[in-house]
Amino acid sequence: MGNTPQNTPAGVADSATQEITSAADLDALEALRVKYLGKKGELTELLKTIGTLPAQERGAFGQAVNQAKATVQSALEGRLETLSSSALEESLASDTIDVTLPGRDSDLGGLHPVTRSAERIADIFRRIGFEVASGPEIEDDFHNFQALNIPPDHPARAMQDTFYFDEQVLLRTHTSPVQVRFMEENEPPINIIAPGRVYRVDSDVTHSPMFHQVEGLVVDTDITFGDLKGVLTHFVQQFFEADLDVRFRPSYFPFTEPSAEVDISCVFCHGKGCRICSHTGWLEILGCGMVHPEVFNHVGVDNEKYTGYAFGMGIERVTMLRYAVDDLRLFYENDLAFLNQFR
Amino acid sequence: MIISEAWLREWVPTRLDTQALAHKLTMAGLEIGTIEGAGEVPAKVVVGKIASCEPHPRADRLQVCEVDVGRTRPLKIVCGAPNARTGLKTAVALIGATLPGGMKIEKTRIRDVVSSGMLCSAKELGLSEDSSGIIELDSRAKRGQDFSEHFGMDDQLMELDLTPNRGDCLSMEGVARELSALTGAKLRMPELVTVKPGNKSAIKVKLVAPKDCPRYVGRVIEGVDPTATTPAWMVERLRRAGVRSISVAVDITNYVMLELGQPMHAFDRDKLTGGIHVRRGNKGEKVKLLDGSTVGVDEEVLVIADDGGAIALAGIMGGDSTAISDATTSIVLESAFFTPAVIAGRARRYGMHTDASHRFERGVNPLEQVRAIHRATELLTSIAGGVPGPVTEAVSKRHVPAKSDITLRGDRLVRMLGREYKREQVDKILTGLGMKVRSGRSSWRVVPPPWRFDVTGEHDLVEEVARVSGYSEVPVRAPRVTASSRIQPESVLSEGQILRLLVDRGYREAITYSFVDPDLQSKFFPNTKPITLANPIASNMAVMRLSLLPGLLQALVGNYNRQHRRIRMFESGRVYEGSLKRRRETARIGGVLTGSANQQQWSDEVREVDFFDMKGDIEALFELSGQGAKIKFVPSEHEFFHPGQSADIMLGRNVIGHAGQLHPSLINDLDVEQRVFGFEVNLDAVQSLLVPKYASVSRFPATRRDLAVVINESIAVGEVLNAAEKAAGSLLSRLELFDVYRGEGVDSESKSVAFGLTLQDTSRTLKEAEVDAIVDKVLAAVEAQTGGKLRG
Repeated sequence: MGNTPQNTPAGVADSATQEITSAADLDALEALRVKYLGKKGELTELLKTIGTLPAQERGAFGQAVNQAKATVQSALEGRLETLSSSALEESLASDTIDVTLPGRDSDLGGLHPVTRSAERIADIFRRIGFEVASGPEIEDDFHNFQALNIPPDHPARAMQDTFYFDEQVLLRTHTSPVQVRFMEENEPPINIIAPGRVYRVDSDVTHSPMFHQVEGLVVDTDITFGDLKGVLTHFVQQFFEADLDVRFRPSYFPFTEPSAEVDISCVFCHGKGCRICSHTGWLEILGCGMVHPEVFNHVGVDNEKYTGYAFGMGIERVTMLRYAVDDLRLFYENDLAFLNQFR
Repeated sequence: MIISEAWLREWVPTRLDTQALAHKLTMAGLEIGTIEGAGEVPAKVVVGKIASCEPHPRADRLQVCEVDVGRTRPLKIVCGAPNARTGLKTAVALIGATLPGGMKIEKTRIRDVVSSGMLCSAKELGLSEDSSGIIELDSRAKRGQDFSEHFGMDDQLMELDLTPNRGDCLSMEGVARELSALTGAKLRMPELVTVKPGNKSAIKVKLVAPKDCPRYVGRVIEGVDPTATTPAWMVERLRRAGVRSISVAVDITNYVMLELGQPMHAFDRDKLTGGIHVRRGNKGEKVKLLDGSTVGVDEEVLVIADDGGAIALAGIMGGDSTAISDATTSIVLESAFFTPAVIAGRARRYGMHTDASHRFERGVNPLEQVRAIHRATELLTSIAGGVPGPVTEAVSKRHVPAKSDITLRGDRLVRMLGREYKREQVDKILTGLGMKVRSGRSSWRVVPPPWRFDVTGEHDLVEEVARVSGYSEVPVRAPRVTASSRIQPESVLSEGQILRLLVDRGYREAITYSFVDPDLQSKFFPNTKPITLANPIASNMAVMRLSLLPGLLQALVGNYNRQHRRIRMFESGRVYEGSLKRRRETARIGGVLTGSANQQQWSDEVREVDFFDMKGDIEALFELSGQGAKIKFVPSEHEFFHPGQSADIMLGRNVIGHAGQLHPSLINDLDVEQRVFGFEVNLDAVQSLLVPKYASVSRFPATRRDLAVVINESIAVGEVLNAAEKAAGSLLSRLELFDVYRGEGVDSESKSVAFGLTLQDTSRTLKEAEVDAIVDKVLAAVEAQTGGKLRG
């Protein structure tokens, strides 16, 4: 302990400093703080002896004690810092986890691919000013057929084998009756799409007795076949996110004239010809045309004042093309192994 | 319909190659589907002429033929065919040829006679099933010519998918006419001759129903050779069109139909009693048809009758009693025009579809009948001989469809198509299609040809102009957004948001059929009669669903059987309630769940899903629309739910759905060994959104008091909370249930319910005494309504 006598402030400070430097942990350090600086600590006690000293020595003594206290304090703080950081390190070390373990409750469900497509379709048309309309699935003969210029025994009825409840009531075979109902209740201008379930008595690899269509109807004073081409071309390019070729091919629907089928260049082979497009390079995706005057007559729209166009598209069809689904039946098996692929 | 390209090119010489020709037709609305080769016949088969025929010295049924194949010396060939005869031209397989069956032609010795080749039947060449004799070729066939070349095997068969409006193209003439209009190539019709009568034998025809049959043309041909066979070229053309050869008379009527589009029929003259009557059927009358079936007719159906009664379904199928047989020598040909409306749908009614009905319901050229009967007469007499009688034409002129003028306005054309067309172009298009056109200053007066049943108005002419000039010539106009379109009101939550909430909570969307198994549904709703399909596709898809749950349960079971154990699925769709007369379609959203509550995880214990997991999902749905506080679950009874875990979901006073554990016996029946929960709610209830309205936020402190009351086990906790909520009044800002306790300190028939009341005023700090008074009021109300006492 050198030359410094033990009972002098400096001596106490020396021994305190030594002890502090070797304090093993925070508890030991605290004990040393109490031992030297506490209410009954050695330096505190030493200060109390000041009264026993002659008056002229008191000043110097007091200073010495305070100096010693400061020395001890500083040693304590230094040691505290050292000890704390190692304690933290220890605690950090003990809190280490395996970040590769899986997290909790991360599972999500998912939308059915048909819904996913229907939403995208609606979104594309909404942005160019279409509203979404709907109508009943259990329909009457008038709205499903007659108002659409398909009288009884019309050969076109054979194109759509119908589920009947009785002679007049049936499951709609297409979404086109929504056109009729909307025009019965609303004046032009009309800009609607109507997605929904439709039904036909047909079930095989490429037909489902229930499927989905989206109908479109636009009626105004200046609608031309050119507008129809423009809107559907826009749709195709947005939906498939590709600059696909679109061709309009003459066809026949009783409720439109001129009528067209819309073909797009094959999304799989880009028009080169493959199995999916039967080596034609084209895929048929929807039917459309200018609203037939008979349809306007049935719903009281003035043929001279207004013109309009309509289209109808199978949602499963475009969904299959979009997501490379090769079997229609998968949509209705509700197999999680299939559904889980659509996040 | 299948079109032979070679046949079409005979009528319309065009330079377009096969693909371009098909494209031309397709882009004019005559869609060409698959294109296939006409078939192949083996190499080293040539045309030969039988120069002589001698009986085989050592075999009764064989002949030894000298066959001229254009070489210096004829070939000696042994042949067993009954029709091998001197002068016949036929197909000769030379030595070295390999026939489709694999047979190699070699020089062989047949009972001591050396045979250097083989005379072939159509079957041996792989052309048809006909093996009755060797193939009989046209007398003009060139000896030694390669058979494949002679027979035009280098032909493409194009499948034509016609839309129902184009009945006029159901023939070679129709397609040729169209192709000529599209390409400008001249139509080269084969020469159609008028065959003069050789005797006075005529058939009497009476049009009893002239409106249904304005024109009926009949002709007797007597002395026909019953042993005559259809020439190979005709059999081959029929084959390429997909029509089977049956007998000379039938083949000829079919051939004329393919050629000119006029369906025809041939009766055995000797089996007819008296004359022909075209009339409606009589109730109770029966006709035995060519296909062997017997059908009953009535006033809805047009029949061909003789003096003895109905003998055929007009325009659909001939009858058995007057059918042509091997012995027929006297024939009556029928070539008629039946009004499309009287044929339409009739064949379907009998479950039939014939080439004739297909054409008549779409419309046959009403001016074609006489031409067709002459064509058939010409073919028949040249092939099978016979003497034709005079043509009987029964006609009711005023009932024959006549074409009236249509005016096409130039400005209408522009309004519909969005572009101008040159006057000369329109003239040319319409004239090319066989229309009579008078061109005015700004319009056209047009009379369509008789075969175009689909052209009746101005809109039809607009389509013809657009179609023939090409839809690609119509300029695209970019989409224009109109200001009139409305957005979805904020008070209606979008369906997409709702679906996504369930997706976020782990549900997979299913789409199940709207029609379900009546047996399964009756387990859910034994006392409700569903709306029932008259013609279901299967007995387990026969009734309209009353609930989303049966279908969802089936989807869940399907996945359970595919070894999934944790399943959550939902569906958004309609249910169909009420009677057929008073039906309601209600959009619902429903879900089913089973298995563990959470994904299996390394640190947490796996817990099985329960009612409250599902309830949380449902509550979240209503939180989405701000209605969370307004829905209540009320114990209820449903056949399909566990009696102790079944609730109706109420929004205000309306039941808007139900939720519960699916009845264990129902689940057991489906062999699922887990508890399954299900719910469904009306979509409009979930969608009705409270548009937020700001209420001022209190700046004064809230006071919370926690209370525990003991109630009888039979009392629902909800009742306690309802009583407390009402009694606390307007100062209650939050009510939270935080414990339901059973066990020590509470007797075995009771439970302790602990909840926290948070009270707050917006304008001041509540006084202790006020809070005490509210707490007392709450306790009193709880006790009064549930018997619950403050837990000591």
